[in-house]
Amino acid sequence: MTVETKLSVTAQDVRSFSEANNEPSWLTELRERALADVETLPMVKPDKTNVEKWNFTEFPTHTVESTTYASLEELPEEVKAIVDAEGQQNVYIQHNNTPAYLKVSEELASKGVILTDILTAAREHGDLVQKYFMTEGVKIDQHKLTALHAALVNGGVFVYVPKDVIVEEPIQAVFLHDNADASLYNHVLVVAEANSSITYVENYLSTVEEAKGQANIISEVIVNDNASVTYGAVDVLAKGFTTYVNRRAILHRDAKVDWALGLMNDSDTISENVTYLKGDGSYADTKSVVVGRGDQSQNFTTEVRHWGKASNGYILIHGVMKDSSRGIFNGIGKIEHGATKADAEQESRVLMLNKDARGDANPILLIDEDDVTAGHAASVGRVDPVQLYYLMSRGISKAEAERLVIHGFLAPVVNKLPIDGVKKQLTEVIERKVR
Amino acid sequence: MSTLVIKDLHVAIDGKEILKGVNLSLNTNEIHAIMGPNGTGKSTLASAIMGHPKYEVTSGSITLDGENVLEMEVDERAKAGLFLAMQYPSEISGVTNADFLRSAINARRGEGNEVSLMKFIRELDEKMDFLEMPEEMGQRYLNEGFSGGEKKRNEILQLMMIKPKFAILDEIDSGLDIDALKVVSKGINAMRGEGFGCVMITHYQRLLNYITPDHIHIMMQGKVVRSGGAELAEKLEAEGYDWIKKELGIEDEEETTGQEA
Repeated sequence: MTVETKLSVTAQDVRSFSEANNEPSWLTELRERALADVETLPMVKPDKTNVEKWNFTEFPTHTVESTTYASLEELPEEVKAIVDAEGQQNVYIQHNNTPAYLKVSEELASKGVILTDILTAAREHGDLVQKYFMTEGVKIDQHKLTALHAALVNGGVFVYVPKDVIVEEPIQAVFLHDNADASLYNHVLVVAEANSSITYVENYLSTVEEAKGQANIISEVIVNDNASVTYGAVDVLAKGFTTYVNRRAILHRDAKVDWALGLMNDSDTISENVTYLKGDGSYADTKSVVVGRGDQSQNFTTEVRHWGKASNGYILIHGVMKDSSRGIFNGIGKIEHGATKADAEQESRVLMLNKDARGDANPILLIDEDDVTAGHAASVGRVDPVQLYYLMSRGISKAEAERLVIHGFLAPVVNKLPIDGVKKQLTEVIERKVR
Repeated sequence: MSTLVIKDLHVAIDGKEILKGVNLSLNTNEIHAIMGPNGTGKSTLASAIMGHPKYEVTSGSITLDGENVLEMEVDERAKAGLFLAMQYPSEISGVTNADFLRSAINARRGEGNEVSLMKFIRELDEKMDFLEMPEEMGQRYLNEGFSGGEKKRNEILQLMMIKPKFAILDEIDSGLDIDALKVVSKGINAMRGEGFGCVMITHYQRLLNYITPDHIHIMMQGKVVRSGGAELAEKLEAEGYDWIKKELGIEDEEETTGQEA
């Protein structure tokens, strides 16, 4: 099946953008090749959501020019609330498509840690970026949207932690969206070399009501032998975007990743969170929470794929669906042949608050090896009236009782977020969305 | 003094009548015990007073100091001064015991009159210590993974923190070992006094060894069939329920009507 793709940019546009950014020639060529492939590649096909009518390709303009910030004091209030101006030592702020602020502590810089926007990284650390950019993780030709992403990348961040370096303080990235015309083709590349450790937290924050552009976001996390990455994210993108967000980690021997994702977009969204446990003894813990509201349609696929022996993968996703929103929750644990002693566990729970809300939990276990353990639990339901009765019998109003139950339901992820300001923000976003 | 009056109460669950005309009058400063065989409607009475969504009051009245309790929402009943220590307390994931208790206390105090955090913590520590509950139980999720005994203690902790006018204790003694029973009884006895009334629902005389009731009521077949003082419990202990059945001409106890949940 072919879907006609009406692109708002030409090969010439892509070349000029690349040249204007002084990109290395490998990247310009990669973009051109990817753009040429967009036409023929199949559209992404998220399980159980029909996206044929979704508009993934039209947008007002590829890039917008936005202001930069000389200090954290200049940030809009909404961003100040999530960035601790004094405590936060390492922070990158992107204003629509413009790298707007960067602070890296001397300590990290001296250890060789790199934190910079992705286009600067392509210029200044071209060999590293070239090695990892859509090579090991997400492939350019996976489908139409990955190719489109590769062709149009216009923002994002590069985080590199050298061998044996332990970064104690979390690194924070904020992607502020306040221009309705902006499109976000952000690429986040986190590379943790052997025996290193890092915590990275990102916020996607729309402060405009309606977006007219595209959000096509790919994160690749490469965790080398015995390294550890904690990846927290809170996505709050506005209605009007068609959002495709793909966060993928590749884990080598004894590597570890902890995902804590607050998926709070108001847009129609396809969210993929995929971890490849390639190395023996590797470990992935993925926790996500979702609140859907209005008439948005969302599809969440959380997958952990095991190749490594004695690899452990844990998936937990809790979703609250309100109004007439629809949410599909696909949890996939896949154990490849040879991954003996692997353990794949998953839990998907969906709470529906209104009669028109729809939630589907699809637990899938695909196992091609005998000597493994695996399990899944899934439930879709409404707030338990007996729980409400219990809380109300202590004098708590029905509205407050519901609020407590919902917050409790989403707490497993909120509590995992490593930055207090972000934790507070997610709590407030949940509060606002479920009210 | 406050008074809780139950008049000719009929209650059905899923269309089946369980209570068939219960009459009961309670004052603060009194401890009552309701006893009776399984399946006679004791727990149904407790749930109907609190307003459990599954129980339908088909006729009769419940008033608290003249106010119509049946017209109140569950939270309004609690704010009016009623408390039910439940036989099977719900588990609420993600909500800590301490946060829940503070919400409950503040809901009763009302906006602008919230308890200070320091005062709350001090009182919570004190009461938990009294009930021999480890400090970490305040930070655990509400009843989640609690043992049967821990849940019962936690109900009494809530009772002591919330300080209602009337507490109904639905089989607070079931599933407790003797040490836990002593602790739970200690909590209830500490509440005893002016401004506090209590109804204990139990199958067992054992509880009454630790908490001496002022009044005892026996329920059978959805009604209160006998009321009396401590001597009634002693007679039950010695002779069981058969003599009452005989007096009332009850042939078959109809255990199968059991709706104790």
